[in-house]
Amino acid sequence: MKPAVLTGEHYMTGDEAIAEGALAAGCLFFGAYPITPATEIAERMSQRLFGVGGTFIQMEDEIAAMAAVVGASCAGVKSMTATSGPGFSLMMENLGLAIVMETPCVVANVQRAGPSTGLPTQGAQADMMQARWGSHGHYEIIALAPESAQEAFYETIRAFNLAEKYRTPVLIMTDELVGHMSERVVIPKKSAITLEDRPRPKGRKDRYLPFEPGPNGVPPMAAAGEGCAVHMTGLTHDAKGYPVMTVECQEQMVTRLVNKILDNRHDIFSFKEYRLEDADVAVVSYGISARTARAAVDEARQEGIKAGMLKLDTVWPFCEEKIFELAQRVKAFVTVEINLGQIHLEVMRAARGKAPCVLVGHAGGALISPEQVKAALRSI
Amino acid sequence: MTGQETSSKKEIVVTGFGGQGIILAGRILGKAAALGDHRESTLVQSYGPESRGGACSAQVIISDGVIHYPYVRKPDILSAMSQAGYEKYADLVEEDGIILIDQDLVKPKSGKAPVFAIPSTRFAEELGRKMMANIIMIGFIVATTGAVSHQAALQTVEKSVPPGTEKKNLEAFSKGYDFGLALFKGREKKAAGQVGA
Repeated sequence: MKPAVLTGEHYMTGDEAIAEGALAAGCLFFGAYPITPATEIAERMSQRLFGVGGTFIQMEDEIAAMAAVVGASCAGVKSMTATSGPGFSLMMENLGLAIVMETPCVVANVQRAGPSTGLPTQGAQADMMQARWGSHGHYEIIALAPESAQEAFYETIRAFNLAEKYRTPVLIMTDELVGHMSERVVIPKKSAITLEDRPRPKGRKDRYLPFEPGPNGVPPMAAAGEGCAVHMTGLTHDAKGYPVMTVECQEQMVTRLVNKILDNRHDIFSFKEYRLEDADVAVVSYGISARTARAAVDEARQEGIKAGMLKLDTVWPFCEEKIFELAQRVKAFVTVEINLGQIHLEVMRAARGKAPCVLVGHAGGALISPEQVKAALRSI
Repeated sequence: MTGQETSSKKEIVVTGFGGQGIILAGRILGKAAALGDHRESTLVQSYGPESRGGACSAQVIISDGVIHYPYVRKPDILSAMSQAGYEKYADLVEEDGIILIDQDLVKPKSGKAPVFAIPSTRFAEELGRKMMANIIMIGFIVATTGAVSHQAALQTVEKSVPPGTEKKNLEAFSKGYDFGLALFKGREKKAAGQVGA
C-alpha cells in the first residue's frame, strides 16, 4: 500500500494532483459521481483511499455525493467531492446545507464550457459566479483557483486547511485545462506539510453547544456519536442547533456566518503579484488563464508596454481592497478569464471608477491566447 | 510560478490516429524531460472521441525556464503518424524546425521545414508488435532532435510500458534511435562529399 503522502517528484495531471493534495491533507472520505473532466480525481481517490484507511463511495448522483460528503464530515473525517458544471448545479442545495451546518468539506469543480451539458471535454471558467451565489440565501464562500498541477496539489491542502479552520465548504475552482494537463509535481515530506484541524470542544460534554462561536467566530465541532449533544438542521438555529423561527435569530446566524469569512479574509486571501511594481496596466487573472496572462505580460514588456499581473489564488472572498489600491496607480485593468465577464465585473466594482476595466474573455471551450491579451494591452 | 520564459524552449506536436499510442509518446517525452533531464515540461493532449480513433495529438513543451502558455504556438518539432495530423500542423513548422514522419503513412508536401522519414510501423511489425510504432518514433525523435536525453528517454520508456514488455519496447526504442543516428550520419557524409566536390 502506498502512503498518503507520495513524497517525491511526479509527472501528473492537475486532476491527479488534486487527489494527491487531498490525501496529503488527510482526506479520508470521497463521495462522488463521475463527470468529465473531473472523473480522474474520483478515479485516483478510488484507487488510493482504501490503502490509507479511507472510504470511497460512488453515489447515485451529485446530490447524493454532496450529501454523503456533508454526512462524513459531521461524523468527524475530512471529506471531499469533485465534479464539473452539471454536477456542480446539483450540489448547490447541499452546499448551502454545509454552509449553514458549518460542516468543513472541499468541493473541486473542474470547469467545462456550459450552460447545461455544453462542451463536456473542453475547458471554461464560467462557473465563478455560480461558485459565489449558486446556492440560495445570503452567504460567503471560499473559492481557490490553481493554475498548474503543482499549485493544484498545494491549493487542495490549503482548501482543506481553510475548510477545517473556518468550518465551511471550500471550493477548488479549477478547469479542464489544468485538470488534464501533465506537469512535474513535487510532493514534500509529510513533516513539511502543515495541516489544520477543526476546532474541537473542550470541557464537559453535557454543556457543549454545537453553534456557540469561539473567538474567531467559529464554533468548536464535535463529531456525531462521540458523546456531545449535537443537533444539526438546515433551519435557522440557535447555539444549541435548535430551530428558532425569528427574524432576530436569522439576523444573528447569517451575519455570524458571513462575518466569520469576511473578518478573517486576510488569512484566507492569497494572491501573487507579477511585474506589478512599475506597471501601467494590471492584468487580473486566475486558474489556467493566469498562464496566458503571464505570457502576455512578458511579451508586452518586450514591446515596451509596462504590464503586470495580479494572480488571484483566492477568488472568493474577493480582494476588493487590493484592486482599489491598484486602481489608484494603474491606468487600466485587463481581466483575463474564460467567460464573458464574471470576475471582470468584480474588478470593475472594486476599482470604483478609478481606472477603466477591460475584459479579455470568450464563451469557453479553449484557452485564451496570449495574442488576444496583447492586443488588449496595446489598445490601452 | 515566477520567472520569465527562456529561449531554450522546444515546442513539440506528436500526431497520429487515436490508438497509435500518440498520447503515451507525448507523455514519455514530457516525463523524460521533467523527471529525467530535470527541465520544465508541460503536456496537453486530445481528450474525447478523437483520442480513441480519430485525429489525435499531444502537445509537449520543454524548457529550461518556467512554461507559461502550455499550448504549442509555433512547433519546433512535428512528429506525424497520420496524413491528417501532418496536414494540420506541417505549415506551422518554420525552416529551423523539423518534421518527422512515418513514411508509409504520410506523404509530405514541399514545405519550409526539413522532413525526415522512418518506416516506424513497418519496423514495429518486423519486431512483432505493431503497437510499438510509437516507441520507435520516440527513439527517432530523440536521435534527430535531442529534445530529451537518450538516457532519460530510455528510462522513461522502460517505466511507462506494460510490465513484461520492457525488453521489447527498449528494443523498439533503439531501432528508432539507431535509424535516426544513421540517417544523420548519412546526411553529414553527403554534405561533406558535396563540399569536397
